[in-house]
Amino acid sequence: MTTGSITLSDDPLVRFILRRADDALVLGHRLSEWCGHAPLLEEEMALANIALDHLGQARALYSYAAEVEAAGHDEDAYAYRRDPVDYLNLLLVERPNGDFAHTIVRLWLYSAFMSLWWQAMTASKDAQLAALAARAVKEVAYHLRHASNWVVRLGDGTPESLRRAQTALDLLWPYAGEMLTSQPDEAALTANGIAIDPETLRQPWLQRITSDAAQAALRLPSAPFSQQGGRRGNHSEAMGHLLAELQYMQRAYPGAQW
Amino acid sequence: MYTQGLTPETETPLRAVGDDAAMAQFQARIDAEQRIEPNDAMPAAYRRTLLRQISQHAHSEIVGMLPEGNWITRAPSLRRKVALLAKVQDECGHGLYLYAAAETLDATREQLYDDLLAGKARYSSIFNYPTPTWADIGAIGWLVDGAAIMNQIPLCRCSYGPYARAMIRVCKEESFHQRQGFEIMMVLARGTPAQRRMAQEALNRWWWPCLMMFGPPDAQSQHSDTSTLWKIKRFSNDELRQKFVDATVPQAHYLGLTIPDKDLQFDEATGHWRYGDIDWEEFRQVLAGNGPCNQERMAARRKAHDDGAWVREAALAHAEKHKARAA
Repeated sequence: MTTGSITLSDDPLVRFILRRADDALVLGHRLSEWCGHAPLLEEEMALANIALDHLGQARALYSYAAEVEAAGHDEDAYAYRRDPVDYLNLLLVERPNGDFAHTIVRLWLYSAFMSLWWQAMTASKDAQLAALAARAVKEVAYHLRHASNWVVRLGDGTPESLRRAQTALDLLWPYAGEMLTSQPDEAALTANGIAIDPETLRQPWLQRITSDAAQAALRLPSAPFSQQGGRRGNHSEAMGHLLAELQYMQRAYPGAQW
Repeated sequence: MYTQGLTPETETPLRAVGDDAAMAQFQARIDAEQRIEPNDAMPAAYRRTLLRQISQHAHSEIVGMLPEGNWITRAPSLRRKVALLAKVQDECGHGLYLYAAAETLDATREQLYDDLLAGKARYSSIFNYPTPTWADIGAIGWLVDGAAIMNQIPLCRCSYGPYARAMIRVCKEESFHQRQGFEIMMVLARGTPAQRRMAQEALNRWWWPCLMMFGPPDAQSQHSDTSTLWKIKRFSNDELRQKFVDATVPQAHYLGLTIPDKDLQFDEATGHWRYGDIDWEEFRQVLAGNGPCNQERMAARRKAHDDGAWVREAALAHAEKHKARAA
Protein backbone atom coordinates (compact mmCIF):
# COMPACT_ATOMS: atom_id res chain seq x y z
CA MET A 1 0.00 0.00 0.00
CA THR A 2 1.28 3.45 -0.90
CA THR A 3 1.32 5.70 2.10
CA GLY A 4 3.16 8.78 0.86
CA SER A 5 1.75 11.70 -1.07
CA ILE A 6 -0.45 10.92 -4.05
CA THR A 7 -0.18 12.55 -7.44
CA LEU A 8 -3.16 13.71 -9.40
CA SER A 9 -4.38 12.79 -12.82
CA ASP A 10 -4.53 15.56 -15.42
CA ASP A 11 -8.14 14.75 -16.26
CA PRO A 12 -9.85 18.16 -16.46
CA LEU A 13 -13.04 16.85 -14.83
CA VAL A 14 -11.09 15.46 -11.86
CA ARG A 15 -9.31 18.79 -11.45
CA PHE A 16 -12.59 20.69 -11.84
CA ILE A 17 -14.20 18.64 -9.07
CA LEU A 18 -11.15 18.77 -6.80
CA ARG A 19 -10.95 22.55 -7.03
CA ARG A 20 -14.41 22.89 -5.51
CA ALA A 21 -13.86 20.04 -3.07
CA ASP A 22 -10.66 21.72 -1.86
CA ASP A 23 -12.45 25.07 -1.48
CA ALA A 24 -15.06 23.36 0.68
CA LEU A 25 -12.57 21.41 2.78
CA VAL A 26 -10.23 24.32 3.40
CA LEU A 27 -13.02 26.75 4.27
CA GLY A 28 -14.72 24.12 6.44
CA HIS A 29 -11.43 23.57 8.22
CA ARG A 30 -10.90 27.29 8.75
CA LEU A 31 -14.42 27.71 10.14
CA SER A 32 -13.94 24.72 12.43
CA GLU A 33 -10.97 26.52 13.99
CA TRP A 34 -13.52 28.82 15.65
CA CYS A 35 -15.10 25.97 17.60
CA GLY A 36 -14.89 26.84 21.28
CA HIS A 37 -13.68 30.37 20.60
CA ALA A 38 -16.61 32.19 18.95
CA PRO A 39 -17.88 35.55 20.22
CA LEU A 40 -21.21 34.13 21.39
CA LEU A 41 -22.72 30.70 21.85
CA GLU A 42 -25.25 31.11 19.05
CA GLU A 43 -22.34 31.82 16.74
CA GLU A 44 -20.52 28.70 17.93
CA MET A 45 -23.54 26.76 16.69
CA ALA A 46 -23.81 28.65 13.41
CA LEU A 47 -20.12 28.51 12.46
CA ALA A 48 -20.00 24.80 13.29
CA ASN A 49 -23.10 24.26 11.13
CA ILE A 50 -21.58 26.08 8.21
CA ALA A 51 -18.27 24.25 8.65
CA LEU A 52 -20.13 20.92 8.69
CA ASP A 53 -21.97 21.80 5.48
CA HIS A 54 -18.67 22.55 3.78
CA LEU A 55 -17.01 19.39 5.04
CA GLY A 56 -20.02 17.43 3.81
CA GLN A 57 -19.76 19.03 0.37
CA ALA A 58 -16.03 18.30 0.29
CA ARG A 59 -16.58 14.63 1.09
CA ALA A 60 -19.25 14.22 -1.56
CA LEU A 61 -17.09 15.93 -4.17
CA TYR A 62 -13.96 13.93 -3.26
CA SER A 63 -15.90 10.69 -3.52
CA TYR A 64 -17.11 11.69 -6.95
CA ALA A 65 -13.61 12.74 -8.02
CA ALA A 66 -12.35 9.33 -6.89
CA GLU A 67 -14.97 7.65 -9.02
CA VAL A 68 -14.04 9.72 -12.09
CA GLU A 69 -10.31 9.39 -11.54
CA ALA A 70 -10.53 5.63 -10.90
CA ALA A 71 -6.98 5.58 -9.53
CA GLY A 72 -7.82 3.92 -6.23
CA HIS A 73 -7.93 7.18 -4.26
CA ASP A 74 -10.61 7.99 -1.73
CA GLU A 75 -11.72 11.11 0.17
CA ASP A 76 -9.00 10.73 2.78
CA ALA A 77 -6.26 10.19 0.20
CA TYR A 78 -7.23 13.50 -1.40
CA ALA A 79 -7.50 15.35 1.89
CA TYR A 80 -4.59 13.92 3.81
CA ARG A 81 -2.03 12.78 1.30
CA ARG A 82 -1.63 15.64 -1.13
CA ASP A 83 1.13 18.23 -0.91
CA PRO A 84 0.18 21.91 -1.05
CA VAL A 85 1.14 22.13 -4.72
CA ASP A 86 -1.58 19.59 -5.54
CA TYR A 87 -4.25 21.42 -3.58
CA LEU A 88 -6.36 23.49 -5.98
CA ASN A 89 -8.44 25.70 -3.69
CA LEU A 90 -8.82 29.45 -3.96
CA LEU A 91 -6.37 31.60 -2.04
CA LEU A 92 -9.39 33.31 -0.49
CA VAL A 93 -10.52 30.29 1.53
CA GLU A 94 -7.07 29.56 2.95
CA ARG A 95 -6.69 33.09 4.35
CA PRO A 96 -6.25 32.82 8.12
CA ASN A 97 -9.41 33.52 10.11
CA GLY A 98 -8.29 36.84 11.56
CA ASP A 99 -10.96 38.44 13.72
CA PHE A 100 -14.67 37.69 13.47
CA ALA A 101 -15.16 40.43 10.86
CA HIS A 102 -12.46 38.87 8.71
CA THR A 103 -14.05 35.42 8.95
CA ILE A 104 -17.49 36.78 8.14
CA VAL A 105 -16.39 38.95 5.22
CA ARG A 106 -14.49 35.99 3.71
CA LEU A 107 -17.57 33.80 4.08
CA TRP A 108 -19.77 36.51 2.57
CA LEU A 109 -17.58 37.10 -0.50
CA TYR A 110 -17.30 33.36 -1.10
CA SER A 111 -20.93 32.42 -0.39
CA ALA A 112 -22.27 35.22 -2.59
CA PHE A 113 -20.32 33.60 -5.41
CA MET A 114 -21.08 30.00 -4.51
CA SER A 115 -24.81 30.59 -4.26
CA LEU A 116 -24.73 31.65 -7.94
CA TRP A 117 -22.32 28.87 -8.84
CA TRP A 118 -24.28 26.05 -7.26
CA GLN A 119 -27.51 27.44 -8.70
CA ALA A 120 -25.97 27.37 -12.19
CA MET A 121 -24.53 23.90 -11.55
CA THR A 122 -28.00 22.45 -10.95
CA ALA A 123 -28.26 22.57 -14.75
CA SER A 124 -24.94 20.78 -15.30
CA LYS A 125 -25.04 17.98 -17.88
CA ASP A 126 -23.12 15.89 -15.35
CA ALA A 127 -25.96 14.27 -13.43
CA GLN A 128 -23.92 13.67 -10.27
CA LEU A 129 -22.73 17.25 -10.08
CA ALA A 130 -26.25 18.50 -10.74
CA ALA A 131 -27.53 16.33 -7.90
CA LEU A 132 -24.84 17.63 -5.52
CA ALA A 133 -25.71 21.15 -6.59
CA ALA A 134 -29.39 20.62 -5.81
CA ARG A 135 -28.46 19.90 -2.21
CA ALA A 136 -25.77 22.55 -1.94
CA VAL A 137 -27.98 25.44 -3.12
CA LYS A 138 -30.08 25.07 0.01
CA GLU A 139 -27.02 25.05 2.24
CA VAL A 140 -25.31 27.99 0.59
CA ALA A 141 -28.51 30.07 0.75
CA TYR A 142 -28.22 29.85 4.53
CA HIS A 143 -24.48 30.56 4.52
CA LEU A 144 -25.01 33.70 2.46
CA ARG A 145 -27.94 34.85 4.56
CA HIS A 146 -25.97 34.34 7.75
CA ALA A 147 -22.84 36.06 6.45
CA SER A 148 -24.61 39.00 4.84
CA ASN A 149 -26.77 39.58 7.95
CA TRP A 150 -23.57 39.81 9.96
CA VAL A 151 -21.89 42.07 7.42
CA VAL A 152 -24.82 44.47 7.79
CA ARG A 153 -24.80 44.15 11.58
CA LEU A 154 -21.09 44.87 11.75
CA GLY A 155 -21.15 47.69 9.21
CA ASP A 156 -24.22 49.27 10.77
CA GLY A 157 -23.19 48.48 14.37
CA THR A 158 -20.56 50.49 16.23
CA PRO A 159 -17.67 52.57 14.82
CA GLU A 160 -15.37 49.78 15.97
CA SER A 161 -17.27 47.05 14.13
CA LEU A 162 -17.50 49.20 10.99
CA ARG A 163 -13.75 49.79 11.11
CA ARG A 164 -13.05 46.07 11.49
CA ALA A 165 -15.45 45.07 8.71
CA GLN A 166 -13.99 47.67 6.36
CA THR A 167 -10.44 46.54 7.16
CA ALA A 168 -11.40 42.94 6.48
CA LEU A 169 -13.00 43.86 3.18
CA ASP A 170 -9.95 45.90 2.11
CA LEU A 171 -7.60 43.04 2.96
CA LEU A 172 -9.69 40.28 1.38
CA TRP A 173 -10.80 42.09 -1.76
CA PRO A 174 -7.68 41.20 -3.79
CA TYR A 175 -8.43 37.53 -3.10
CA ALA A 176 -12.01 37.66 -4.41
CA GLY A 177 -11.06 37.90 -8.07
CA GLU A 178 -9.68 34.38 -8.35
CA MET A 179 -13.05 32.70 -7.96
CA LEU A 180 -14.43 34.85 -10.80
CA THR A 181 -11.62 34.01 -13.20
CA SER A 182 -12.02 31.45 -16.00
CA GLN A 183 -9.62 28.51 -15.85
CA PRO A 184 -8.24 27.56 -19.29
CA ASP A 185 -8.35 23.82 -18.56
CA GLU A 186 -12.08 24.05 -17.83
CA ALA A 187 -13.02 25.49 -21.23
CA ALA A 188 -13.94 22.15 -22.80
CA LEU A 189 -16.04 21.14 -19.80
CA THR A 190 -17.83 24.48 -20.00
CA ALA A 191 -18.45 24.04 -23.71
CA ASN A 192 -19.97 20.63 -22.98
CA GLY A 193 -22.36 22.06 -20.39
CA ILE A 194 -20.69 20.24 -17.50
CA ALA A 195 -18.91 23.21 -15.92
CA ILE A 196 -19.68 26.91 -15.51
CA ASP A 197 -17.42 29.71 -16.64
CA PRO A 198 -17.11 31.70 -13.41
CA GLU A 199 -16.60 34.87 -15.42
CA THR A 200 -20.30 34.75 -16.33
CA LEU A 201 -21.16 35.10 -12.65
CA ARG A 202 -19.02 38.18 -12.07
CA GLN A 203 -21.79 40.74 -12.66
CA PRO A 204 -24.51 39.12 -10.56
CA TRP A 205 -21.93 38.54 -7.81
CA LEU A 206 -20.87 42.17 -7.88
CA GLN A 207 -24.49 43.26 -7.76
CA ARG A 208 -25.17 41.24 -4.63
CA ILE A 209 -21.97 42.40 -2.94
CA THR A 210 -22.64 46.03 -3.86
CA SER A 211 -26.15 45.89 -2.50
CA ASP A 212 -25.11 44.26 0.81
CA ALA A 213 -22.16 46.63 1.15
CA ALA A 214 -24.45 49.62 0.71
CA GLN A 215 -26.68 48.40 3.54
CA ALA A 216 -23.60 47.90 5.69
CA ALA A 217 -22.13 51.32 4.81
CA LEU A 218 -19.02 49.52 3.54
CA ARG A 219 -16.88 50.93 0.76
CA LEU A 220 -15.93 48.50 -2.00
CA PRO A 221 -12.22 48.78 -2.72
CA SER A 222 -11.48 50.02 -6.19
CA ALA A 223 -8.19 48.13 -6.64
CA PRO A 224 -8.64 45.87 -9.66
CA PHE A 225 -5.59 43.78 -8.81
CA SER A 226 -6.35 40.20 -8.00
CA GLN A 227 -4.18 37.60 -6.28
CA GLN A 228 -4.21 34.36 -8.26
CA GLY A 229 -2.54 31.00 -7.89
CA GLY A 230 -4.51 28.64 -5.68
CA ARG A 231 -6.35 27.10 -8.62
CA ARG A 232 -2.95 26.03 -10.04
CA GLY A 233 -1.44 24.93 -6.73
CA ASN A 234 0.48 28.12 -5.94
CA HIS A 235 -0.47 28.81 -2.36
CA SER A 236 0.24 31.27 0.41
CA GLU A 237 2.50 30.49 3.35
CA ALA A 238 -0.60 29.89 5.45
CA MET A 239 -1.52 26.80 3.42
CA GLY A 240 1.48 24.77 4.54
CA HIS A 241 0.62 25.38 8.17
CA LEU A 242 -3.01 24.52 7.57
CA LEU A 243 -2.09 21.22 5.94
CA ALA A 244 0.56 20.43 8.54
CA GLU A 245 -2.21 20.49 11.11
CA LEU A 246 -4.92 18.88 9.01
CA GLN A 247 -2.71 16.05 7.76
CA TYR A 248 -0.68 15.46 10.90
CA MET A 249 -2.15 12.10 11.90
CA GLN A 250 -2.12 10.50 8.48
CA ARG A 251 1.43 11.69 7.89
CA ALA A 252 2.67 10.60 11.33
CA TYR A 253 1.06 7.13 11.17
CA PRO A 254 1.17 6.15 7.51
CA GLY A 255 -1.24 3.40 6.55
CA ALA A 256 -3.08 3.26 9.87
CA GLN A 257 -6.88 3.09 9.90
CA TRP A 258 -8.82 5.40 12.18
CA MET B 1 -21.28 15.82 29.79
CA TYR B 2 -21.61 16.53 33.42
CA THR B 3 -20.68 15.50 36.86
CA GLN B 4 -22.11 15.95 40.27
CA GLY B 5 -20.24 16.66 43.46
CA LEU B 6 -19.37 20.25 42.72
CA THR B 7 -21.01 21.74 45.78
CA PRO B 8 -19.09 24.70 47.17
CA GLU B 9 -17.65 24.33 50.63
CA THR B 10 -19.83 27.04 52.15
CA GLU B 11 -23.55 26.69 51.74
CA THR B 12 -26.50 27.79 53.82
CA PRO B 13 -28.53 25.01 55.44
CA LEU B 14 -31.23 24.08 52.96
CA ARG B 15 -34.08 23.36 55.26
CA ALA B 16 -34.30 26.67 57.10
CA VAL B 17 -36.50 28.18 54.42
CA GLY B 18 -40.22 28.94 54.12
CA ASP B 19 -42.94 28.17 56.59
CA ASP B 20 -43.64 24.66 57.71
CA ALA B 21 -47.05 24.23 56.06
CA ALA B 22 -45.79 25.40 52.67
CA MET B 23 -42.78 23.13 52.99
CA ALA B 24 -44.98 20.18 53.85
CA GLN B 25 -47.20 20.88 50.87
CA PHE B 26 -44.21 21.15 48.57
CA GLN B 27 -42.75 17.93 49.91
CA ALA B 28 -46.09 16.18 49.40
CA ARG B 29 -46.01 17.12 45.72
CA ILE B 30 -42.48 15.83 45.40
CA ASP B 31 -43.37 12.60 47.16
CA ALA B 32 -46.34 12.15 44.81
CA GLU B 33 -43.82 12.38 41.93
CA GLN B 34 -45.43 15.56 40.60
CA ARG B 35 -43.19 17.69 38.44
CA ILE B 36 -42.38 21.16 39.72
CA GLU B 37 -42.75 23.78 36.97
CA PRO B 38 -41.26 27.31 36.78
CA ASN B 39 -44.40 29.12 37.94
CA ASP B 40 -45.05 26.75 40.87
CA ALA B 41 -44.28 27.75 44.43
CA MET B 42 -40.97 26.30 45.55
CA PRO B 43 -38.71 26.79 48.55
CA ALA B 44 -35.92 29.28 47.95
CA ALA B 45 -33.37 26.58 48.74
CA TYR B 46 -34.86 24.24 46.12
CA ARG B 47 -34.57 27.01 43.56
CA ARG B 48 -31.02 27.78 44.64
CA THR B 49 -29.91 24.15 44.56
CA LEU B 50 -31.33 23.62 41.11
CA LEU B 51 -29.98 26.85 39.76
CA ARG B 52 -26.53 25.91 41.00
CA GLN B 53 -26.71 22.40 39.56
CA ILE B 54 -28.21 23.37 36.20
CA SER B 55 -25.83 26.28 35.67
CA GLN B 56 -22.82 24.14 36.63
CA HIS B 57 -24.07 21.58 34.18
CA ALA B 58 -24.38 24.25 31.45
CA HIS B 59 -20.90 25.61 32.23
CA SER B 60 -19.50 22.08 32.03
CA GLU B 61 -20.92 21.64 28.54
CA ILE B 62 -19.37 24.89 27.37
CA VAL B 63 -15.95 24.39 28.96
CA GLY B 64 -16.19 20.75 27.86
CA MET B 65 -16.05 21.88 24.23
CA LEU B 66 -12.38 22.77 24.67
CA PRO B 67 -10.60 19.46 25.35
CA GLU B 68 -12.28 17.82 22.36
CA GLY B 69 -12.18 20.97 20.26
CA ASN B 70 -8.42 20.59 20.55
CA TRP B 71 -8.58 17.76 17.98
CA ILE B 72 -11.07 19.03 15.41
CA THR B 73 -8.39 20.47 13.13
CA ARG B 74 -6.21 17.34 13.49
CA ALA B 75 -8.82 14.58 13.33
CA PRO B 76 -7.32 11.64 11.42
CA SER B 77 -10.00 11.22 8.73
CA LEU B 78 -12.78 13.31 7.23
CA ARG B 79 -15.39 11.04 8.78
CA ARG B 80 -13.86 11.54 12.25
CA LYS B 81 -13.49 15.27 11.69
CA VAL B 82 -17.16 15.71 10.84
CA ALA B 83 -18.28 13.48 13.73
CA LEU B 84 -16.11 15.33 16.23
CA LEU B 85 -17.17 18.78 15.11
CA ALA B 86 -20.81 17.71 15.24
CA LYS B 87 -20.26 16.28 18.71
CA VAL B 88 -18.67 19.44 20.08
CA GLN B 89 -21.49 21.41 18.50
CA ASP B 90 -23.97 19.16 20.32
CA GLU B 91 -22.26 20.07 23.58
CA CYS B 92 -22.70 23.75 22.84
CA GLY B 93 -26.35 23.01 22.11
CA HIS B 94 -26.68 21.25 25.48
CA GLY B 95 -25.13 24.29 27.13
CA LEU B 96 -27.61 26.64 25.48
CA TYR B 97 -30.50 24.35 26.34
CA LEU B 98 -29.40 24.15 29.98
CA TYR B 99 -28.87 27.91 30.29
CA ALA B 100 -32.45 28.25 29.06
CA ALA B 101 -33.59 25.79 31.77
CA ALA B 102 -31.62 27.82 34.33
CA GLU B 103 -33.33 31.00 33.15
CA THR B 104 -36.68 29.54 34.23
CA LEU B 105 -35.33 29.94 37.77
CA ASP B 106 -35.04 33.74 37.54
CA ALA B 107 -31.44 33.90 36.43
CA THR B 108 -30.01 35.34 33.24
CA ARG B 109 -27.55 33.53 31.04
CA GLU B 110 -25.30 36.59 31.00
CA GLN B 111 -25.09 36.67 34.79
CA LEU B 112 -24.46 32.94 35.04
CA TYR B 113 -21.81 33.11 32.35
CA ASP B 114 -20.15 36.12 33.99
CA ASP B 115 -19.98 34.09 37.22
CA LEU B 116 -18.19 31.33 35.33
CA LEU B 117 -15.68 33.72 33.79
CA ALA B 118 -15.13 35.43 37.13
CA GLY B 119 -14.25 32.06 38.67
CA LYS B 120 -17.31 32.20 40.96
CA ALA B 121 -19.12 29.25 39.40
CA ARG B 122 -17.86 25.74 38.94
CA TYR B 123 -17.77 23.32 36.07
CA SER B 124 -16.90 19.66 35.97
CA SER B 125 -13.41 18.81 37.17
CA ILE B 126 -12.94 16.38 34.28
CA PHE B 127 -12.46 19.13 31.71
CA ASN B 128 -9.30 20.28 33.43
CA TYR B 129 -7.46 17.29 32.03
CA PRO B 130 -5.59 17.47 28.71
CA THR B 131 -6.13 15.66 25.40
CA PRO B 132 -2.58 15.10 24.15
CA THR B 133 -3.45 12.36 21.62
CA TRP B 134 -6.29 11.35 19.33
CA ALA B 135 -7.03 8.42 21.65
CA ASP B 136 -8.13 10.94 24.29
CA ILE B 137 -11.05 11.76 22.02
CA GLY B 138 -12.05 8.11 22.07
CA ALA B 139 -11.54 7.89 25.83
CA ILE B 140 -13.63 11.00 26.50
CA GLY B 141 -16.51 9.64 24.47
CA TRP B 142 -16.32 6.18 25.96
CA LEU B 143 -15.56 7.06 29.60
CA VAL B 144 -16.51 10.68 30.26
CA ASP B 145 -19.73 10.52 28.28
CA GLY B 146 -20.33 7.07 29.73
CA ALA B 147 -20.03 8.50 33.25
CA ALA B 148 -22.20 11.47 32.29
CA ILE B 149 -24.94 9.14 31.09
CA MET B 150 -24.91 7.26 34.42
CA ASN B 151 -25.55 10.60 36.07
CA GLN B 152 -28.00 12.02 33.62
CA ILE B 153 -30.38 9.13 33.01
CA PRO B 154 -31.75 9.45 36.55
CA LEU B 155 -31.96 13.22 36.03
CA CYS B 156 -34.58 12.58 33.34
CA ARG B 157 -36.85 11.83 36.32
CA CYS B 158 -35.70 14.84 38.33
CA SER B 159 -38.53 16.69 40.10
CA TYR B 160 -37.94 19.95 38.24
CA GLY B 161 -39.77 19.77 34.89
CA PRO B 162 -37.54 21.91 32.63
CA TYR B 163 -34.37 20.16 33.82
CA ALA B 164 -35.87 16.68 33.48
CA ARG B 165 -37.10 17.41 29.96
CA ALA B 166 -33.77 18.88 28.93
CA MET B 167 -32.06 15.72 30.15
CA ILE B 168 -34.21 13.46 27.98
CA ARG B 169 -32.89 15.11 24.86
CA VAL B 170 -29.35 15.47 26.16
CA CYS B 171 -29.20 11.78 27.12
CA LYS B 172 -30.15 10.66 23.63
CA GLU B 173 -27.25 12.62 22.16
CA GLU B 174 -24.84 11.54 24.89
CA SER B 175 -25.59 7.88 24.24
CA PHE B 176 -24.69 8.42 20.62
CA HIS B 177 -21.45 10.17 21.64
CA GLN B 178 -20.59 7.34 23.99
CA ARG B 179 -20.97 4.74 21.25
CA GLN B 180 -18.90 6.90 18.93
CA GLY B 181 -16.13 7.12 21.54
CA PHE B 182 -16.16 3.39 22.13
CA GLU B 183 -15.93 2.81 18.40
CA ILE B 184 -12.87 5.09 18.18
CA MET B 185 -11.26 3.04 20.97
CA MET B 186 -12.16 -0.22 19.26
CA VAL B 187 -10.45 0.83 16.03
CA LEU B 188 -7.36 1.83 18.00
CA ALA B 189 -7.37 -1.34 20.08
CA ARG B 190 -7.45 -3.44 16.90
CA GLY B 191 -4.93 -1.24 15.12
CA THR B 192 -1.16 -1.00 15.02
CA PRO B 193 1.01 -1.36 18.15
CA ALA B 194 1.33 2.44 18.22
CA GLN B 195 -2.47 2.80 18.15
CA ARG B 196 -2.95 0.21 20.91
CA ARG B 197 -0.40 2.00 23.03
CA MET B 198 -2.17 5.30 22.41
CA ALA B 199 -5.47 3.74 23.50
CA GLN B 200 -4.02 2.24 26.68
CA GLU B 201 -2.34 5.49 27.66
CA ALA B 202 -5.57 7.39 27.19
CA LEU B 203 -7.39 4.89 29.41
CA ASN B 204 -4.62 5.31 32.00
CA ARG B 205 -5.11 9.09 31.91
CA TRP B 206 -8.90 9.17 32.09
CA TRP B 207 -9.86 6.25 34.32
CA TRP B 208 -9.30 7.80 37.74
CA PRO B 209 -10.52 11.30 36.85
CA CYS B 210 -13.69 9.66 35.53
CA LEU B 211 -14.28 7.90 38.85
CA MET B 212 -13.84 11.28 40.53
CA MET B 213 -16.50 12.78 38.27
CA PHE B 214 -19.18 11.19 40.44
CA GLY B 215 -18.15 13.36 43.35
CA PRO B 216 -16.89 12.68 46.86
CA PRO B 217 -17.73 9.40 48.61
CA ASP B 218 -21.19 9.30 50.18
CA ALA B 219 -19.70 9.54 53.65
CA GLN B 220 -18.32 12.99 52.79
CA SER B 221 -21.05 14.31 50.53
CA GLN B 222 -22.72 17.36 52.05
CA HIS B 223 -25.92 17.84 50.11
CA SER B 224 -27.09 14.47 49.02
CA ASP B 225 -29.73 14.40 51.73
CA THR B 226 -31.83 17.35 50.61
CA SER B 227 -31.24 16.67 46.93
CA THR B 228 -32.48 13.14 47.46
CA LEU B 229 -35.44 14.29 49.55
CA TRP B 230 -36.43 16.67 46.76
CA LYS B 231 -35.90 14.00 44.13
CA ILE B 232 -33.34 16.04 42.26
CA LYS B 233 -30.92 13.23 42.85
CA ARG B 234 -32.06 9.62 42.66
CA PHE B 235 -28.83 7.76 43.38
CA SER B 236 -25.85 8.49 45.60
CA ASN B 237 -22.38 9.30 44.27
CA ASP B 238 -21.05 5.89 45.28
CA GLU B 239 -24.01 4.04 43.76
CA LEU B 240 -23.52 5.77 40.42
CA ARG B 241 -19.77 5.27 40.55
CA GLN B 242 -20.26 1.54 41.12
CA LYS B 243 -22.72 1.31 38.22
CA PHE B 244 -20.16 2.99 35.99
CA VAL B 245 -17.34 0.67 37.05
CA ASP B 246 -19.53 -2.42 36.61
CA ALA B 247 -20.54 -1.32 33.13
CA THR B 248 -17.09 -0.21 32.00
CA VAL B 249 -14.72 -2.93 33.20
CA PRO B 250 -16.13 -5.59 30.83
CA GLN B 251 -15.92 -3.06 27.98
CA ALA B 252 -12.23 -2.52 28.70
CA HIS B 253 -11.71 -6.28 28.70
CA TYR B 254 -13.50 -6.54 25.38
CA LEU B 255 -11.10 -3.93 23.99
CA GLY B 256 -8.14 -5.85 25.38
CA LEU B 257 -7.13 -2.85 27.50
CA THR B 258 -6.05 -2.87 31.13
CA ILE B 259 -7.81 -0.76 33.77
CA PRO B 260 -5.00 1.03 35.62
CA ASP B 261 -6.01 -0.25 39.06
CA LYS B 262 -4.03 -3.09 40.63
CA ASP B 263 -6.71 -3.55 43.28
CA LEU B 264 -9.55 -4.04 40.82
CA GLN B 265 -11.28 -7.37 41.37
CA PHE B 266 -14.60 -9.02 40.81
CA ASP B 267 -16.63 -9.68 43.93
CA GLU B 268 -18.49 -12.92 43.28
CA ALA B 269 -20.79 -12.46 46.26
CA THR B 270 -22.20 -9.09 45.17
CA GLY B 271 -21.56 -9.26 41.44
CA HIS B 272 -19.71 -5.93 41.57
CA TRP B 273 -16.23 -4.92 40.50
CA ARG B 274 -14.33 -3.60 43.53
CA TYR B 275 -11.95 -0.77 42.74
CA GLY B 276 -8.95 0.61 44.62
CA ASP B 277 -8.65 3.85 46.57
CA ILE B 278 -9.38 7.05 44.71
CA ASP B 279 -6.89 9.87 45.21
CA TRP B 280 -9.28 12.45 46.60
CA GLU B 281 -6.45 14.88 47.14
CA GLU B 282 -6.08 15.12 43.37
CA PHE B 283 -9.81 15.81 43.07
CA ARG B 284 -9.59 18.58 45.68
CA GLN B 285 -6.63 20.11 43.91
CA VAL B 286 -8.40 20.13 40.55
CA LEU B 287 -11.48 21.72 42.12
CA ALA B 288 -9.23 24.27 43.78
CA GLY B 289 -7.94 25.33 40.38
CA ASN B 290 -4.76 23.29 40.31
CA GLY B 291 -5.65 20.70 37.67
CA PRO B 292 -3.41 20.35 34.63
CA CYS B 293 -5.60 22.59 32.46
CA ASN B 294 -7.67 24.80 34.78
CA GLN B 295 -5.80 27.91 33.74
CA GLU B 296 -5.90 27.17 30.01
CA ARG B 297 -9.60 26.33 30.01
CA MET B 298 -10.67 29.50 31.75
CA ALA B 299 -8.20 31.60 29.81
CA ALA B 300 -9.63 30.24 26.54
CA ARG B 301 -13.21 31.02 27.53
CA ARG B 302 -12.30 34.47 28.80
CA LYS B 303 -10.36 35.24 25.65
CA ALA B 304 -13.28 34.18 23.45
CA HIS B 305 -15.58 36.34 25.56
CA ASP B 306 -13.28 39.38 25.59
CA ASP B 307 -12.36 39.12 21.92
CA GLY B 308 -16.05 38.83 21.09
CA ALA B 309 -17.18 41.84 23.12
CA TRP B 310 -17.09 44.21 20.13
CA VAL B 311 -19.16 41.72 18.10
CA ARG B 312 -21.89 41.54 20.72
CA GLU B 313 -21.85 45.32 21.10
CA ALA B 314 -22.17 45.72 17.35
CA ALA B 315 -25.13 43.33 17.20
CA LEU B 316 -26.88 45.24 19.99
CA ALA B 317 -26.14 48.63 18.44
CA HIS B 318 -27.45 47.47 15.08
CA ALA B 319 -30.60 46.04 16.66
CA GLU B 320 -31.22 49.37 18.42
CA LYS B 321 -30.74 51.37 15.22
CA HIS B 322 -32.94 48.97 13.32
CA LYS B 323 -35.69 49.33 15.92
CA ALA B 324 -35.38 53.11 15.93
CA ARG B 325 -35.62 53.24 12.13
CA ALA B 326 -38.69 51.00 12.13
CA ALA B 327 -40.45 53.13 14.76
